[in-house]
Amino acid sequence: MKYRSVFDIIGPVMIGPSSSHTAGAARIGRVARSLFGREPKWANISLYGSFAKTYKGHGTDVAIVGGLLDFDTDDTRIINALDIANERGMKIQFIEEDAVPDHPNTARVIIGDHNGELELVGISIGGGKIEITELNGFVLKLSGNHPALLVVHNDRFGAIASVANTLAKYEINIGHMEVSRKEVGKMALMTIEVDENVDDQLLEELEQLPNILKVTKIVD
Amino acid sequence: MFRNVAELVELAVSQNKKISEIMIEQEVGVTGRSREEVLSFMDRNLKVMEEAVERGIKGVKSHSGLTGGDAVLLQKYIEKGNFLSGETILDAVSKAVATNEVNAAMGTICATPTAGSAGVVPGTLFAVKKKLNPTREQMVSFLFTAGAFGFVVANNASISGAAGGCQAEVGSAAGMAAAAIVEMAGGTPQQCAEAMAITLKNMLGLVCDPVAGLVEVPCVKRNAMGAANAMVAADMALAGVTSRIPCDEVIEAMYKIGQTMPTALRETAGGGLAATPTGRRLEAKIFGMPLKEK
Repeated sequence: MKYRSVFDIIGPVMIGPSSSHTAGAARIGRVARSLFGREPKWANISLYGSFAKTYKGHGTDVAIVGGLLDFDTDDTRIINALDIANERGMKIQFIEEDAVPDHPNTARVIIGDHNGELELVGISIGGGKIEITELNGFVLKLSGNHPALLVVHNDRFGAIASVANTLAKYEINIGHMEVSRKEVGKMALMTIEVDENVDDQLLEELEQLPNILKVTKIVD
Repeated sequence: MFRNVAELVELAVSQNKKISEIMIEQEVGVTGRSREEVLSFMDRNLKVMEEAVERGIKGVKSHSGLTGGDAVLLQKYIEKGNFLSGETILDAVSKAVATNEVNAAMGTICATPTAGSAGVVPGTLFAVKKKLNPTREQMVSFLFTAGAFGFVVANNASISGAAGGCQAEVGSAAGMAAAAIVEMAGGTPQQCAEAMAITLKNMLGLVCDPVAGLVEVPCVKRNAMGAANAMVAADMALAGVTSRIPCDEVIEAMYKIGQTMPTALRETAGGGLAATPTGRRLEAKIFGMPLKEK
C-alpha cells in the first residue's frame, strides 16, 4: 500500500495551492537538498507532464526551489523562494519537457556546486506524497510502504556491513535492501527499507562511518 | 491493516468501536508513535483548519484575482436569514469556500486529502459543529474518520487530480466528509460507508480542468458543492438510505474512470473549463500570454 499513515491523508499542513504541485514539489526539492548535503549553487530543473503544463499557476517552481533552500511544506518563505535563491546566489533554470513521463507529475532536479553535483528524479503521487525514482542514474525501487534510508557510499568492502551493524545496534530490522553501483570502486548507493522509525541520531551515526558519504531518510 | 471499506467496517463492528478509533489504533501500530502524539498531531491539523476558515470568512483575494471574497458573501447571506436550502449546509459551503480561497491565496492550509480539495472536510466539520456541539476530542475524531476513508481511496484508487481527475480529489474529500459527519451524528460504521458511497457516486466522472492551471476556477466552487453533497449524503445515510453499489465498488469504479479519463482533463489545463474561450482569455491575462499549445 502506497499510503501508510492517516497524516498522508489529513495533512500535510502546507502553503497552497496544490498538494501535489506545491507541497509534493517542495518535498522533492528538499530531498535533493538533503541528499546533496548543502545548499547548491545552481539548479537545472526539468518538469514533465502536468508539472510542465501548470507549474506557474501552482507555484511548482517556487516550491521546488523552496525545497532546495531547505524550506518545509508549511514554510511561508516558499512564496518568495525564487527571490531568496537569487539573493543567495543560486542560479536556477527551468526546462519544460515535452516527453511523456510514466507519472504525470515528474521533476528531474540536477543541482550542484564547485564540489560536485547530484541528479534526482521525483514524482508527486498525490496529497503531498512523493517517490524518488532515480538518483544519480541509479534507478530506485522503493515500495513506499516502509521508512527508507538512502545511503550514498564509496564502493569499498565493509561499508555495507558497518551500516547493517549500526542498524542492528539500534534494533532496527531491515525489510528490503538493494545495493547498486555504476563502476567498481566508485560511488554506490544502498537503498534500505526498515520496519521501525529512524531517528536523526541514527542518521548522524551512520554518516560518521568510514566510506559513508550521505544518508537520507525519504519516507516518514 | 484494513485494505478496504468492508474490512474497516468489519473491524469497527466486530470490536464495537468507532471508525475513528480503528484509524487511531492503526496509526499507533504502524508508526510506533504513542496515542497521545498521534492525537496531538491531529489536533494541530485541526487548528490549522480552524485558522484557515477564520481567515477565509473575513475575506482573502488570490494573487491572480480569480478567487476570493465568496465566503464573505455567503456568510452575509446566511445572516440575513432568507436562504432557501438550509443554514448548516450553507455554512458548510461558505467554510469550504473560505478554506479554498485561503489555499488559492497561497495561505496555510491542511491538505484533506489534497490542497485543491482542502475545503470540504473542514467546511462540513465547522458547520455541523454548530448543530452537534461536539467536544474538541470528537472534532479530532471526525478527522480520523475522514482519514480512514481517504486512506482506503488513496491506496485502492487515487487522490491525485493529475492521475484521476477532480472525482479523485473533491470526490474523495466529499465522501470522507460524509462518512465523518455520520459518525459524529451518531450513525453506525455501515452508515458511514453508505454516506461515502452515496457521495462518491455523485461525483464520478468529475474532471480536473483548472483555468490557467490554477487551483482556483472551478476548484473553489467544486469544494462548495462537495461540501453540500457530503451534507445531503450524510443525511440520506442517517435516514437509512443505502447504496445499491457497495462503497468499495464505487471506489473501484472511480479509479477505472480516472484511468480512462483523457490527459486533457487531468490537471493539465488542456480541456474542459480551462479550454473555454473565457478560460483561455483569463489565462492569457494572468500570464501575459497563452500557455504553450496543449
